[in-house]
Amino acid sequence: MYLTIEKIQKSFVNDRKENVKVLDGINLNVKKGSFVSIVGPSGCGKSTLLYLVAGLDKADSGEIRVDGELVSKPGPERVVVFQEAGLFPWLTVLENVTYGLNLKKMPKEEAKAKALDVLKMVHLSKYVNSYPHELSGGMKQRVSIARALVMEPDILLMDEPFSALDEQTRMVLHKELLDIWRKTKVTIFFITHNIREAVLLSEEVVVFATRPGRIKEIIPVPTMKDGVTPDSVTLNTEQRILSILQDEIEKVLKEEMGDDYSFKTDHLHRGDSGDMGSHI
Amino acid sequence: MFPSLTQVLETLFNGLMSGQITLAIGKSMGRILLGFTIAIIVGLILGYFIWRYKLVEDTLGFVVTALQSIPSIVWFPLAIIWFGLNDFSILFIVTIGATWTMTVNATSGFKNVPQLYQRVAKVYGSSGIHFLRTVILPASVPQIISGLRIAWAFSWRALMAGELLGGGGGLGQLLEMGRSLGQMDLVISVMIIIAIIGTIVDNVVFSRLERNVEIKWGIRKRA
Repeated sequence: MYLTIEKIQKSFVNDRKENVKVLDGINLNVKKGSFVSIVGPSGCGKSTLLYLVAGLDKADSGEIRVDGELVSKPGPERVVVFQEAGLFPWLTVLENVTYGLNLKKMPKEEAKAKALDVLKMVHLSKYVNSYPHELSGGMKQRVSIARALVMEPDILLMDEPFSALDEQTRMVLHKELLDIWRKTKVTIFFITHNIREAVLLSEEVVVFATRPGRIKEIIPVPTMKDGVTPDSVTLNTEQRILSILQDEIEKVLKEEMGDDYSFKTDHLHRGDSGDMGSHI
Repeated sequence: MFPSLTQVLETLFNGLMSGQITLAIGKSMGRILLGFTIAIIVGLILGYFIWRYKLVEDTLGFVVTALQSIPSIVWFPLAIIWFGLNDFSILFIVTIGATWTMTVNATSGFKNVPQLYQRVAKVYGSSGIHFLRTVILPASVPQIISGLRIAWAFSWRALMAGELLGGGGGLGQLLEMGRSLGQMDLVISVMIIIAIIGTIVDNVVFSRLERNVEIKWGIRKRA
């Protein structure tokens, strides 16, 4: 196993000074070169887990290892693509992409050549000298993917990278990401709340339960030899994940809307008070 | 006591030609540039410590806010006792007039650097001086520029007051000389010069700087 996550516990102190458990006993193994997605309702701690793997945050207990090495701080072999592109507005596209390479002390010419290669891969060769504000949302996110890929990371950590984009842009980027993944063989750890996205992209979908966050089920996505999944399989897997998530979604909604709210349509919810003693 | 317009223009022209006014401009600008530069450097450094350390923020941060409300000319009597009635005292109040504003603006600039930029930089392995130089400083540039602008206004006023009282050459002293000689045309000429310099620096230098940064960052659209 390449990325191993063992017995991770993490809690936060909220505004009311209460200790809230966010992650409870997470165990997960990820194979080298695989594409793993994590889905779960909002607030289930999936982003927290990604930050732990990135080394941006520390777990209360448990350990995360990449290729046998303990993760303790951020490193260029585990780069993150955030929900918002997070490009530095004072640097050009090229300068943004070479930011990490300069930190690695790579010679300027070599860094530039590499950055241009990667920018070509994400189809942005024309915008090398533009500033981020001149780009559209999708283009910005492509730059931020290029900035991550140019580091030749072992693991690409993606935290809902496409959720702020419109549908068409997202579809194009899905295809591009899959192409890149097949070309570079990079291990991808992908966080999303979009079940379809998770099923379309990844080989394995990890379904998270919420409060506290823990792994509910791991669902493999069957793919054909050519890497394409037939629609029927996709739909089937999607339905399966949705049914697993239903309880979790209901739990979140009940907390927000009160106990008598029911999300499940095939089940008429009746509280005890409305029950006219039929159980006697 | 009101000189005619032609008389003022004549004095202004002669002053510029003979070097009387030009020399005073040079002297004043030299002082303010030196004082302003020191204030920026000190302000950025203090701002850094207030941003970085909670303890410094709770102690020095509060003092700076209090000091900021003291008009810098109020420091002049103290400065005269400490350094004597000389160039150094004027430089002192010019510097101190700008330092506190600069500190307050630098602090809030550093504090408002988006978490996202900081996370991105850390992911790519930036830390220490490199983190400060490539993320914190550039990300707070817009706020620092507006700090510069206010700091300049404060030190420009302090400079005039200081020169008026302290002497040692410069535009302020030329004003005082005009008054003591009853030469109102000279006084008004100097006032015109002061207004011109103030306008150029504020509306040309700082406005342009601010606009260029805003356009480059995409905060403001190109006109």
